[in-house]
Amino acid sequence: MAELPEHLLRRSAEAKAKALGISVEEAMAQLKGEAPPSPAPAPTPAPEPAAVATPEPAPAPVAVAVAGDPSKATAVRPVAPPVSGPEGVRTQRLLTVVKAKAIQQAKAEPQDKVNTWPHLMIIEFAALLAVTGILIVLSTILQAPLLEAANFNVTPNPSKAPWYFLGLQELLSYFDPAIAGVSVPLITGLFGLMAVPYIDKNPSTKPADRKVAIFLFTFFLMGSATLTMFGVFFRGPGFNFVYPWHDGIFFDDLKDWVHFENLGGH
Amino acid sequence: MVQKLLNKVKELPASLHGSQVVDSILRPGSPFKKGYSDTPRNRSYVVMNNILYHLHPVKVKRHSVRLSYTLCLGGLSFFLFILLTITGIFLMFYYAPTAEAAYVDIQELSTSVAFGSLVRNMHRWGAHFMVLTVFLHMTRVFYHGAYKPPREFNWVVGVVLLLLTLLLSFTGYLLPWDQLALWAVTVGTNMASFVPVFGSQVKFTLLGSAVVSADTLLRWYVLHVLFFPFIIVIFMAVHFWRVRKDGGISGPL
Repeated sequence: MAELPEHLLRRSAEAKAKALGISVEEAMAQLKGEAPPSPAPAPTPAPEPAAVATPEPAPAPVAVAVAGDPSKATAVRPVAPPVSGPEGVRTQRLLTVVKAKAIQQAKAEPQDKVNTWPHLMIIEFAALLAVTGILIVLSTILQAPLLEAANFNVTPNPSKAPWYFLGLQELLSYFDPAIAGVSVPLITGLFGLMAVPYIDKNPSTKPADRKVAIFLFTFFLMGSATLTMFGVFFRGPGFNFVYPWHDGIFFDDLKDWVHFENLGGH
Repeated sequence: MVQKLLNKVKELPASLHGSQVVDSILRPGSPFKKGYSDTPRNRSYVVMNNILYHLHPVKVKRHSVRLSYTLCLGGLSFFLFILLTITGIFLMFYYAPTAEAAYVDIQELSTSVAFGSLVRNMHRWGAHFMVLTVFLHMTRVFYHGAYKPPREFNWVVGVVLLLLTLLLSFTGYLLPWDQLALWAVTVGTNMASFVPVFGSQVKFTLLGSAVVSADTLLRWYVLHVLFFPFIIVIFMAVHFWRVRKDGGISGPL
């Protein structure tokens, strides 16, 4: 073991001298192993195990620890360990425990991460291919609707908005336009959705803690889905209620998809 | 002589692979580069050194890679947008946004343009898909509570993207200029006229006239192929940037 630098030894000696009430020179000599340790409370220095084990290889910290608290060291003396340890084995003792403070703490927990390439990108690529495939097959089978040329003089009955607005159109058939045309879609649909993170102050993401939020959102989802389905399938001429299985489907986006004539007369 | 030439041609791919030209095109770590080896360093380079892939971080949490976690809905929305852009550019070659030409152009697209019918169908069904995937993506994000701090603002950007998706779809709805288009848009824009105070002004601005007309067709065409794509790309850029930068429950992806 490398010799401890003089200034460090001196510092230990000063601390020791202060604690034991001896001179710095004496403490220094003890630390260097030149003089026998002078344990004030325990007058029998001979079988002090660590002290005996340490002088030759002289790991200085050990010596400091022993001398720093000789009473304890003697009190908890174990059952006479071998006077000299096996060749090449160095005994060590814990000097002190320093509590971890901010600068010493590693805050980031190790995380279970995988490389984006290939693990994530292979999934994305597969998803992309799948959607392209589905879209091509769908587009080969189903023709996009194209009715007669636009004619301002002929109003089809019923006239329906694109399907994603049909929920709104459905609302319009129940409520005053000022409510269904503006208030509901604009306030709940748009600003309501945008405000969600600022209204929902609950920091938890566990479903069990978010029952109200999940209930409200599911209600919103189901509501819009129901209204849209109603507008698509259950509204016929004059936007009146029809049964799709009896009167047919009045939804031209599906014109080449569902064969209306098989569904009953209209 | 001929044999020599043939041999040269045969060796061409091998000699190109690793040549200075090919080497200069491929960034370090590219799997197509000569001498690529599957090392952690190269796996990182694949993502870092590619203009598209670097939307992603080098590493992602194992649980967020699972398909069942995101169902790829956000990514698929973006992919559908790209697909719609490509098919849309194809359609633009064959389409004039005038009341006289529009309907005829669409008819001819289906009958006398190679793959015209297929591309138009893909554009139409793809647009419906995109409305669905964007909406489902929003639903997924809600149920994961992924809009919670510090990611509130990206949710707001997302709602704007949903609105823009709907507007893109709705403006495209008119372009075939058939009865379905004309009257669906009439119904849709009538709803806009119920805006309090400014109702008729809003409707007039949307239509470019009192009722749906040839002016509306031109206006919605420009909105559909230029204005809204331009706006949505800006919002998408912000959206993706914030996905990377905002930490949170599942962390920046």
